[in-house]
Amino acid sequence: MSFDINGRTFPQQPRAGQCLRTFLRDLGHFGVKKGCDAGDCGACTVLLDGEPVHSCLIPAFRAEGRSVTTIEGLGGDSGTHPMQQAFLAAQGFQCGFCTAGMILTCASLNQAQRTDLGSALKGNICRCTGYRSIEDAVLGKINVEETVEAGAAFGRSLPAPAGPDVVRGKAPYTFDTATDGFLHVKLLRSPHAHAKIVAIDKSEALAVPGVHAVLTHEDAPSMLISTARHEKDWMDPEDTRILDDVVRFIGQKVAAVVAESEASAEEACRRLKVSYEVLPALIDPEQAMAPGAPIVHPDRTTANRIADPQRNLAAETHGEFGDVAAALAASAVTFEGTFHSHRVQHAALETHGGLAWLDASGVLNVRTSTQVPFLTRRALSDIFGLPMDKVRVFCERVGGGFGGKQEMFVEDILALAALRTGRPVKLELTREEQFIATSTRHPMRVHIKAGADAAGKLTALQLDVLSNTGAYGNHAGPVMFHALAESISVYNCPNKKVDGAAVYTNTVPAGAFRGYGLPQALIAVEAAIDELARQLGISPYDMRRRNIVKPGDPMLAPPPSEFHDVLYGSYGLDQCLELVERAMQDDRGQPGLSPEWLVGEGIALTMIDTVPPAGHFADATIALNDDGGFDLTVGTAEFGNGTSTVHRQIAATTLATTVDKIRLRQSDTAHGGHDTGAYGSAGTFVAGKATHAAALQLAAGLKAAAAAAWLCDAESCALAGDGVVNGARRISFVDLATLGRGSPFAANGHSGGTPRSVGFNVHGFRVAVNKGTGELRILKSVQAADAGVVANPMQCRGQVEGGVAQALGAALYEEMVIDTDGRVSNPRFRDYHLPSFADVPRTDVFFAETSDTIGPLGAKSMSESPYNPVAAALGNAVADATGIRFTAPPFKPDRLFPALLEKFGSA
Amino acid sequence: MDLNTITAVAHPQTRAQLPAWTAGDAWLAGGTWLFSEPQVHLRRLIDLTDLKWPALTITDSHLSIAATCTVAQLDGLACPPDWLAAPLIGQCCRAFLASFKIWKTATVGGNLCMSLPAGPMISLTSALDGVCTVWKAGGGEQKLPVVDFVTGNQRNRLMPGDLLRQIDIPLAALRRRSAFRQISLAPVGRSAALLIGNLDADGALALTITASTVRPIRLRFPKPPDTNALRAAISDEVTDELYHTDIHGKPLWRKHMTLRLAEEIRGELLGMARP
Repeated sequence: MSFDINGRTFPQQPRAGQCLRTFLRDLGHFGVKKGCDAGDCGACTVLLDGEPVHSCLIPAFRAEGRSVTTIEGLGGDSGTHPMQQAFLAAQGFQCGFCTAGMILTCASLNQAQRTDLGSALKGNICRCTGYRSIEDAVLGKINVEETVEAGAAFGRSLPAPAGPDVVRGKAPYTFDTATDGFLHVKLLRSPHAHAKIVAIDKSEALAVPGVHAVLTHEDAPSMLISTARHEKDWMDPEDTRILDDVVRFIGQKVAAVVAESEASAEEACRRLKVSYEVLPALIDPEQAMAPGAPIVHPDRTTANRIADPQRNLAAETHGEFGDVAAALAASAVTFEGTFHSHRVQHAALETHGGLAWLDASGVLNVRTSTQVPFLTRRALSDIFGLPMDKVRVFCERVGGGFGGKQEMFVEDILALAALRTGRPVKLELTREEQFIATSTRHPMRVHIKAGADAAGKLTALQLDVLSNTGAYGNHAGPVMFHALAESISVYNCPNKKVDGAAVYTNTVPAGAFRGYGLPQALIAVEAAIDELARQLGISPYDMRRRNIVKPGDPMLAPPPSEFHDVLYGSYGLDQCLELVERAMQDDRGQPGLSPEWLVGEGIALTMIDTVPPAGHFADATIALNDDGGFDLTVGTAEFGNGTSTVHRQIAATTLATTVDKIRLRQSDTAHGGHDTGAYGSAGTFVAGKATHAAALQLAAGLKAAAAAAWLCDAESCALAGDGVVNGARRISFVDLATLGRGSPFAANGHSGGTPRSVGFNVHGFRVAVNKGTGELRILKSVQAADAGVVANPMQCRGQVEGGVAQALGAALYEEMVIDTDGRVSNPRFRDYHLPSFADVPRTDVFFAETSDTIGPLGAKSMSESPYNPVAAALGNAVADATGIRFTAPPFKPDRLFPALLEKFGSA
Repeated sequence: MDLNTITAVAHPQTRAQLPAWTAGDAWLAGGTWLFSEPQVHLRRLIDLTDLKWPALTITDSHLSIAATCTVAQLDGLACPPDWLAAPLIGQCCRAFLASFKIWKTATVGGNLCMSLPAGPMISLTSALDGVCTVWKAGGGEQKLPVVDFVTGNQRNRLMPGDLLRQIDIPLAALRRRSAFRQISLAPVGRSAALLIGNLDADGALALTITASTVRPIRLRFPKPPDTNALRAAISDEVTDELYHTDIHGKPLWRKHMTLRLAEEIRGELLGMARP
C-alpha cells in the first residue's frame, strides 16, 4: 500500500480512522488547510484522480492507488498553474488561508460551472474578500500593477509580497511546520453553564498510554487576568484564570491533557472524572441585574476592575449633555425604538492555536495565530513570572483575525504545558471550539430616543445600551464605550444622553470584533435619523448633511471623554455622502421583478477614530544592506489586512526605491521593540507611521553621508532612483552601503498613536423584499470610504468589499443560537451560514479625495469601518421597501415573514 | 476529520463477508457525514466499497439505485427521453447544501440513512415512488417505500446492523410530468421546503412535501385539486407539529412556504395540462 501525492510515492500508512487532510499534512503538504474539518469550507480541497474533493471527508486509506494533487503539486514541473497565476494577477485573496482550496476548485471548473460561480463555489468559504477579487481571478482580470518606478510605490495597487507563496500553498501559517516530537494538548470543556469543580480524578486519564500530563486549576497560576489584550491592562477586568475551579459557561476549559498524540489526549479527556457542584446559571442578559439573579463573579470586587460584581455589571457608563427629556418634549418630530444585535462569530478560517517550546537558552517560544504577539508576550511574562527576554511570541502569516485574535485563548495553556512538561507542545482548536469557547461579537439591546426640529436639525439623541459580555469581561467596557461614542459624536446635537451597561451572563464570552460595538449602535442611530427624516419629508442624505459634524465642530458624546487627541486630520464625510447619493441614482431599473417584490433604498454612515484611545505604540527599524536593499522590521502582524504591502510601499516611497528592495520582517518579539498590535485598524495608521518615521530618519542619514562625502549641505541632497543625488552628482545606495561599512546605516521609528484622526464610510443599498416569501435581494450596493490618501487602491477596495461581505453575513444570515441552558446550539459552518459567493452582491466602492495631516503620507485606517454602516443601511432599505421597521437582524426570510404576512396578507 | 477512536476498517466483498454487527460499528459509504463530526462511540468502520454494487441499473420496470451510488453518478445518468421526470434528478442534486465536490463522494443511500428533513435524495426518491431494499442484520431482506423508510428528523426504520442496499424507482414514475419547487434562507442554502409534484396521464396528482416537514409527506389526489382543496388537504395532513424547526427556517414560515410552493406546483402542472 502506497500513496501517490503530487507524483511522488509515499510508503507511509494512515491510521484506520484518519482523514486524507491530516495524512497529507503529516507528509509535509502544508498547503492543505483546515478551516472547518467538516467538509463545509473547502480550505482542504485537493484533487483525487484529478477531481476536487474535500480531503477532510475522505478516509485516507481510500487514496491508496489513486493520484492526489495538492496545491503544491498543481503547477507541475512548470511551477505555476494558470489559475495560480490568475489569483496572483487579480490578488484573489487576503489572508490566503482559503486560497489553496479555492484555486484547486476553480482550476477544475468546467465552462458551465464558470458561468455560475455562485453554485460552483458554494463549497468554498472566503471570509476576507467578499469574492469579487476571486471572481476577477476566474475571469482572468488583472488587478495588480506591474512594477512602478523607484519612489512611486505609495498610492499604487502593488501586490502583496506573500502572493507567490500564498498561491503555491507555501506561505507558512501557524501550523505549517514539522512538529515531530511535539506533544499534543487537548482541552476538557465544561458541560455546565455554571458550576464549581469539586474534584477531578485524573487517574484513568493518566493511565492512557502516551499521556504526559493532566493540568487542572491546581496546576495553574492563581493570577487573575483578562483574555483581552490591550496596551493598557486597566481597560479590562481581572476576572479570568487560565484554569479555574469555577466554570462560568458551557465550553470553558476545565483541564488540559498533554499527550503523544491527539488521539491519546482526546481519550484521556474522556476518562477524566470531574465532580461538579452545579450552580444556578444566568443566561438572559435582561435578567442580569434583577434582584435574585445568579451572580457570575460573586467573589470579585471593584478592585478587579468590575463595575459591580454583585449586580453582574462588568462595566457601565452614564452621561448627559443638555437636557434630553426637555428637548424631546419640545421637538417637532421624535422617534423611539429598541434594536437588538445578535451574537455572531469572527469565523476566521484559521482557528486559534499555536506551538510552544523551550529552546536551549531557556527561552519560552510561542508561535501562535495572534493579532497581538507583543501584548501576549507581556501577559505570559506576567503570569508565569518570566523575564520578558525569556519569552518570545511570534506569528507567521495569520489566517484571518477580525478582532478574534486580540485575545489570549491558547497561548497561556501552551506556555503552561511547555513549562510543565519541558516538551514542545501543540494546541489547535477545532471549529466547534472556536464557536463555543473563544469569543463572539457583543450582543446588544439598544434603546434609542431621538428628536428633531421642523428644519431637520437634531434636538436630542439618547441611547440606552445593554451589552452581553458573556461569562468574562474581555473587551466589555471598551466595546460599550466605543458603541456609545462615534455613533453619536458624528452628529451635532445639543442634547445627548447615554446609559450603558455591559453585563455578565453564563454564556460564551464576547470580545473584540470588527467594528468594536459601533455596528450594534448604528442600526439604532441610523434608523432614528431615517425615521425622523421620513416624518419631516427630508431625504436621508439631506437629513444627515444638516446634522453631521464638520471640521471645527466638537465631536461629542457624553460623558465627557478623558481623551482629547481626536482631530480632523482630514474630512471626507461630505464627499462620501455625495458619492453614494450620486451612485444610487444610477440604474434604477428593477428588471424581471414581479409586483410581489417591494423595492426600497437606504443609507447609513459611520465615523471612526483612526486609533484606539489611551496609547497605541509601534516601533520600526530599517537598515541599508550591502546590496542597496533595506531590511524593514515591524511588529505588526499580517492576517490579510494587507499591511505588509503598505509598509513596503511607505518605506520604498520614502527611500526612493522600489518595494522589491524592502525586505520585511514582522510580528516577532525577538526582533525587539514594541508593537501594541494589529487591532483598532492600527496596522497602517500607527505602525505605518513608525515605518515612515524610521524611513525618514534613514533617508536623512543617507543624505548626510552623501553630503559628507561631497562636502556639501545635506539639505541640498535628495533621494532619487535608489540613491542620493545633488545636482549632477549621484551615489547609489549600494555605494553608500560600502561607504558605511563598519557603521551601517540604520534608523528607528516610533509611533505613539496620538493624536488621532477620524475616518468615514457611507453605505447605500437598494433592495427588493418579496412580501410573499420574505426573501431579500440586494439590487445595488455602494460604499464610499474616506481613507485619506489611499495607500493601495486595490487592497483598500478589498478591505471595503470584505467588510461589506462580513457585515452582510451578520445582517442576513449568521446567527449564533444559545439555547436555554446556555449552550451554543449551532457550532458548525453548515448551521452557521457564512456568506458564500452566491450570497454577496458586488459593491461599488468609491474613495473620498482627502489627505490626512496625521496619518503616514496622508493615509488613514480602513479595515474595520467598512463593516460598520452595512446592517444599518440594510435595515433602512428594508424599512423603505416594506414600510416596516425591522429592529433585529439577521433579516432572514423567516424573520421578516410574520410582519409581512400581517401587513400584506398571504398571496 | 480524523476519527481517532477507529481502530479497524473491514472491507467485505460479499454479503456473506459482512462482519457480525457490534456496538461501535458503522457502515462507511461515502463517509461525507461520518467524517464531518466527532464519532467517539465508533470503533470500526465497515467499508461498503468492495461490495462493488453497480451504481445504477435500468431494468424493464425499474431504475435501481445502489445505496453506494454517488450523487455525482446519479446526476450524470443519461436518461431516456421518455423520462419526463428526469429534470428532478438534477434539481434535487443541486438542492444539496453541499457543493459538487461533495457529490463525488456522498451517496444516495447515505442521504436516505441520515434522514435529515432537507435530504434531497429523500425528496427525489420519495416523489418517484422509490422503494428501499434493506438487508436485515439477521439475514433476509425488507422492502419498504422511501416515504415510510424515513420516520422523522434523523430517524428511520433501520435497526442496528441493517444495511440499505438499494432504492428501486418504477419507470412509470419517471415517465410522469413533474414540477419542482424549493426555498431556503439563502440563495444556495439548505432547503427549508422542497416540494415535488407529479401528474399522471390519467390526471392523478401526487404532491411530495419534504424539508419543511420532519419526514416526507405524500399527498395523492385522484383528480387535480383546486386551490382550496389543495390547501385544505395540506392543512389536514400536515399538522403543525410536523413542520420542522431549526436554524434553517422557522415553522410558521416553512408552513406558509409549503402552501405557497404547493400552489405554484399545482399551477405549473395543471396550467400546462390544459388543452
